[in-house]
Amino acid sequence: MFKYLKQLTSLVAMVAVLFTFTTESMAAKKSKTLKNTQKKGFVRCGVSQGLPGFSNADAAGNWTGVDVDVCRAVAAAVLGDANKVKFTPLSAKERFTALTSGEIDILSRNTTWTLSRDADIGLTFVGVNFYDGQGFMVRKSSGITSTSQFKDGISACTNIGTTTELNMRDFFNSKGISYEPVAFEKADEVVAAYDAGRCDTYTTDKSGLAAQRTKMKNPDEHIVLPETISKEPLGPVVRQGDAVWEDIVRWSLNTMIEAEEYGITSANADMMKTSDNPAIKRLVGAEGELGAAFGLDNDWSLRIIKQVGNYGESYKRNIADTGILPDRGPNQLWTKGGILYVPPAR
Amino acid sequence: MNFKLKDIVPQLITVLAVVLVFGFFTYNAQINMENRGIDFGYGFLSQESSFDVQFSLIEYDGSHSYFRAYLVGLLNTILVSVIGIIIATILGVIVGIARLSPNYLINKFAAFYVEFFRNIPLLLQIFFWYFAALRALPLPQDAEAMFGVFFLTIKGLYVPAFIWQNFNIFIYSIIAAIIAIIVIRAHAKKVQENQGKQIPVFLISIGLIFILPLLSFLIGGVRLSFEVPVLKQLATTSFIYEGGVSLPPELIALTLSLSLYTATFIAECVRAGIQGVGKGQKEAAASIGLTPNQVLKLVIMPQALRIIIPPTTNQYLNLTKNSSLAAAIAYPDLVLVFAGTALMQTGKAIEIVSITMFTYLTLSISISILMNWYNKKIAIQEK
Repeated sequence: MFKYLKQLTSLVAMVAVLFTFTTESMAAKKSKTLKNTQKKGFVRCGVSQGLPGFSNADAAGNWTGVDVDVCRAVAAAVLGDANKVKFTPLSAKERFTALTSGEIDILSRNTTWTLSRDADIGLTFVGVNFYDGQGFMVRKSSGITSTSQFKDGISACTNIGTTTELNMRDFFNSKGISYEPVAFEKADEVVAAYDAGRCDTYTTDKSGLAAQRTKMKNPDEHIVLPETISKEPLGPVVRQGDAVWEDIVRWSLNTMIEAEEYGITSANADMMKTSDNPAIKRLVGAEGELGAAFGLDNDWSLRIIKQVGNYGESYKRNIADTGILPDRGPNQLWTKGGILYVPPAR
Repeated sequence: MNFKLKDIVPQLITVLAVVLVFGFFTYNAQINMENRGIDFGYGFLSQESSFDVQFSLIEYDGSHSYFRAYLVGLLNTILVSVIGIIIATILGVIVGIARLSPNYLINKFAAFYVEFFRNIPLLLQIFFWYFAALRALPLPQDAEAMFGVFFLTIKGLYVPAFIWQNFNIFIYSIIAAIIAIIVIRAHAKKVQENQGKQIPVFLISIGLIFILPLLSFLIGGVRLSFEVPVLKQLATTSFIYEGGVSLPPELIALTLSLSLYTATFIAECVRAGIQGVGKGQKEAAASIGLTPNQVLKLVIMPQALRIIIPPTTNQYLNLTKNSSLAAAIAYPDLVLVFAGTALMQTGKAIEIVSITMFTYLTLSISISILMNWYNKKIAIQEK
C-alpha cells in the first residue's frame, strides 16, 4: 500500500516538474529542495524583520534589498520568475531553527559566516554578498569620535542571538572597560531604546548601523564611529545535505557578481548574446550547457540578470541610492579595488 | 473478568497512545537531526559561554559556563516573579476590598482600575511602561534626587548601597525576635484556652521585632552606613551614577506591568471570596459579641480564603509564566539569556528548549505544591 502511495506521489511530482521544465535531469531528482520548490512554485526565503537596504518590506508588503535579491535570483533561475518568492521575516534568534527545521529553504538575512555556524548546526554558507564589520553608533552631542574615548560604565544596546554580543565582549574585555550590555530580541526595540537614551552606544554590523540610523527620530544627531572591531562576512545560508540546492544558490549569487564584472546588466543582457567574449556568452546562456549540471535550462543565468540585475545594480538600487552606504568600500569588484571575487562560471 | 477488561483497556490505549506519540516525535527528531548533521547532547552546558549579561544576582561574566548563564536567567526569572507576586497580592487585596467599599469614589476607582488593566494585553502594557514611560524619565545628569539619595533616571533607579558592620549579629537579632514571637503566640493561645484571658500578642510582637535589632545596634556593635550614588561623566552628554545599587529600568518596567496586570485578577478573586461568605455568618458573629475586627479575622477571612486561594494560585502561575515576556524589553530572564542568546550561540535548540520547558514546569509545580499545602491548611478540618 505504502509502496504504491510513494510511487504515486513521485509520479505526480514528476509530472508537475515536467510541466514547468522539459529538461528533467538527474540533478533535480537528487535535490529534494529543488524538487519541492518547483512543485510548490515559489522559493521559501528567510529574511530580516526589516533592515533597510538588505531586506525591508514597504507598506504594500513588497520586499527589497540585496539579501532579498539573492532569493529573487534563485527564483528566477529555478522557477523562471523572480517574483515567485515567499518571504518569511525572522528574528536573529529564530533564523537557524527555521532553516534547519525546513520552514525555509534559503536564509538570506545579513548572517555572518563563522566556523561554528558552518560546522556545528547543520548549515552551509554558500558565499558572501556583503563584507561587513561591527561598529558603534553614538550621539553626536556626546562628543565621542572614537572608541578610545569609551569609559567604564558605558551602556551598549544590541540584539541577542548575534555574533555582535560575542564581539562586544571581546572588544570591551581587551580594552579593560566595564560595560552594561542591554540586549533586545528585535532590532526595532534596540533602536527605540537607544534613541530614547537608555544606552550610550548602539553596536551591530556597520551596514546595520547605517541602515537603522535612517529609522531614528533625527538621524543627523547620530554618528557611526570609524573603528571596525570584527570581520562580518554576510551571506546566504542553506541546509546541510542538499549539495545541488547549495550549488544553485551559490551560483545564482556568483552570477550576479560575475555579470557586473563583465558589464552585463538587466538592460543589455539580451544583446550580450552576440558578444565576442565566450565568458559573457556563457553567462547569458548563448554558449555551453551550464544549467544542466543543476537540472536547469540554459537560460537560468540570463533570467537572473534580466529580472534581478547584476550585483552592482542591486547594490545601487538598494544601498547606495537609498543613502545608506553610498561608498561600496570592500564590496567593490576586485578589478576596481574591492574584494568581490568569484570563481569563473564555466 | 469482563468488567475488569473494560476498565483496563482504555487505560492501556491511553498509555500506548502517549508512548507512540512521544516515540514518533523522538524518532522523527533523531532522524532529521542525523540527516542534517546536528549533534545531540548536553555537554555544551560546561563550555565557556563567552557572552555577558546585563544584570545578575550571582557572579557571572562570559568566562563562566553556559550552565552558569542558565542559573543567571533562572534567578532573574524567580526574582521578578517573587517581587511581582508580592506586589500583586498586596495591591490585589487592597483593590478587592476597595471594590466592596460603601464609599462611592473608592469603589468606582477600584472598578475602573480592574477593568482598565485586565483588558489590555500584557505585552502592550510592558511596552508602555518600558518605552513610553522610559522616554519620560530624565537623563542621569538631569535627574532630581528623591529624599536626597534616590535617582530615577532613564538608565535605571539608583539607590544607596547598605554597608554593614557585624551584619551577622543583626541577622541573629531578627531570628531571635521571630523565635520569641512564636513562643509568645503559643503561650498566649494556651493562656486563652485555659483561662480565657487575652494577651496583646500583636503589640508585643511589633515591639520585639523593633527592639531586638535596635539593641544589636546599641550594644551589639552593628553599624550601618550608606554609599550614595555619585554622578560620573562618561562623555560630554553621557553620564551614569557610580556607587550604590542600580536597578535596571527593564526590571522596574517588567515588575510594574506584571504586578498591575495580575493584581486586577487577584482583586476579583478577593472580592468573590468575601462576597462568597454568607451574610448570616457576619450577623451571627456580631450577635455573639465579637468586635468588627474579630468578625473579619475569625469568621469572614478564614471562610473567604478557602474561596480565594485556588484561583489566586492560578494567577501566581500566570505571573511566573508571563514573566517570560521579559525578552521583549531586554530583561535578562531565563528565556532571553538561555533560550535566547545561549540557544543562538550553541544551536542546541532541542536541548535548550527542553531544559527551559522543564524549568518552567518545575517552577509552576513548586508554586502549586506550596499553595495547595496552604489551601489544605486553611480548609475545613472535619473531625
